[in-house]
Amino acid sequence: MVTKKDNMKVYQNEETKIIVNEEWCKSCGICINYCPKKVLVANEKGYPVAEKIDDCIQCMLCELRCPDFAIRVENRKKVANYNMKDGSLED
Amino acid sequence: MKNVIEKYIRKEMFPHIWCPGCGNGIVLGALIRAIDSLGWEKDEVAMVSGIGCSSRITGYVDFNTMNTTHGRALPFATGIKMSNPKLKVIAVMGDGDCAAIGGNHFIHAARRNIDITAVIINNMIYGMTGGQYSPMTPTGKFGSTAPYGNIDQNFDLSALAASAGASYVARSSIYNPNQGTRFIKKALSKKGFSVVEIISDCPISYGRMNKLRTPVKMMEWIKSISVPKKTWEKLSVEEKKDKIPMGEFLDICIPEYTDKYKEVCAIAQEGGGNE
Ligand SMILES: Cc1ncc(C[n+]2csc(CCOP(=O)(O)OP(=O)(O)O)c2C)c(N)n1
Ligand code: SF4
Ligand code: SF4
Ligand code: SF4
Repeated sequence: MVTKKDNMKVYQNEETKIIVNEEWCKSCGICINYCPKKVLVANEKGYPVAEKIDDCIQCMLCELRCPDFAIRVENRKKVANYNMKDGSLED
Repeated sequence: MKNVIEKYIRKEMFPHIWCPGCGNGIVLGALIRAIDSLGWEKDEVAMVSGIGCSSRITGYVDFNTMNTTHGRALPFATGIKMSNPKLKVIAVMGDGDCAAIGGNHFIHAARRNIDITAVIINNMIYGMTGGQYSPMTPTGKFGSTAPYGNIDQNFDLSALAASAGASYVARSSIYNPNQGTRFIKKALSKKGFSVVEIISDCPISYGRMNKLRTPVKMMEWIKSISVPKKTWEKLSVEEKKDKIPMGEFLDICIPEYTDKYKEVCAIAQEGGGNE
C-alpha cells in the first residue's frame, strides 16, 4: 500500500513501513544500490520506491547509509531502538 | 527504527546543503545515534567545527554549537572544555581542516590528552574549495592542484593521534555506519582525547578527478580499500599499498588535562609550588 502525506511517501505491508521523504531525498542511489534484498527501485526522479517491500528484512542499512535522513524503516509491530553492538534492533 | 534523528537536528535547516551522496550526512547520522544511545541531554553537549563542507555540520544540530575559523575547532573546543569541564565537547573536522591548517592544534590537543572527542570526516580532499589535495590525499591520486597525480605522502592520521598522546583512536568508514557509530560512542564515553576518523566520500571534488563521479562508485572504492585491522597486520608491504586499516588502534587510560589542571589550581590555592 502506498500513501502520501506532505512530502512523505509511505509504503507498507503488515510487517514493515518504509517512509521516504521526497523533499529531502537527493536521488544519490546509495539506499537502492546497497539494499541486500533489492527492495528499492528508483522512480523517474531517482527517489527510492519500495517495490518489493515484502522482501524487506528490516536490516536498516538504507536508513543508516542515507546521507539525507530521507528514508526510514519501521517495524509495524514494535518500534525498535538502535543496538550499538551489532547494529541489530532491540526493543 | 525509532526516529532519533529528528530529536537532535534543526529541522528548519533541511534539506541540508551537502551534495547528493556526500558522506557528511552519513557521519552526522552516526554521531547523532551515538549521542542518543548515551542518553545525553542536548544542553550537555557542545559541538565545535572549523571551515569546510564537513564543518557545516554544526549548523544542523540542536546542541550548543560553534562554527569557528579554518583549522581552529580544537583551540575553541579546548577553551570551552577548560572553562566548563562538565560539557561533553565534540570537535568535528574535515581532513584539510584537521591535518593541514589545523595540524598543530590536533597534535597538541592529543599531547595534552584533553577530554574532547575529535571526529574527522576524511574525504581525502578539500571539498568546499574545489578539490585541492590535502595532507590526506593518497599518493598518486588526483586533485585540482595535482593534475598529474599527488607526489606527497599522506598522513596516517590515526597513527599520528596515537603517537601524539591520545587515549582512544579508531577508524571506520561511511560504508560501515554501524561500526562508525560504535566507535564514536566509545570515543564519547572515553575520558581523554579521543579520535574517530571516518573515511568518507566527496563525489564532486574527489570523485570528479579520480574517475569516481557517482556516490555509489565512491562507496565501492571505499569498500575496496578498507581492510580490518587484523587482516592488515598480516599483509605484506606491497599488499598494504592503497589499502586502509579499519578498527580500534588505541584504548588506554591516562591522566586527563582538565583533571590535572584542577590539581594545579588546588596546589596553588594552598600556597604550594616549587618554592
Ligand atoms: C584561513 C583560511 N584559509 C583557507 C580557507 C579556504 N578554505 C575553506 S574550506 C578549505 C578546505 C576544506 O577542506 P576540508 O577541511 O577537508 O573539508 P571538506 O570541505 O572536504 O569537508 C579551505 C582551504 C579559509 N576558509 N580560511
Ligand atoms: S531495511 Fe534493509 S532490506 Fe529493507 S529496504 Fe532497507 S536496506 Fe532493504
Ligand atoms: S540514500 Fe537517501 S538521499 Fe540517497 S536516494 Fe536513498 S533516500 Fe534518497
Ligand atoms: S563538495 Fe564534496 S564534501 Fe562538499 S558537500 Fe559536495 S560532496 Fe560533500
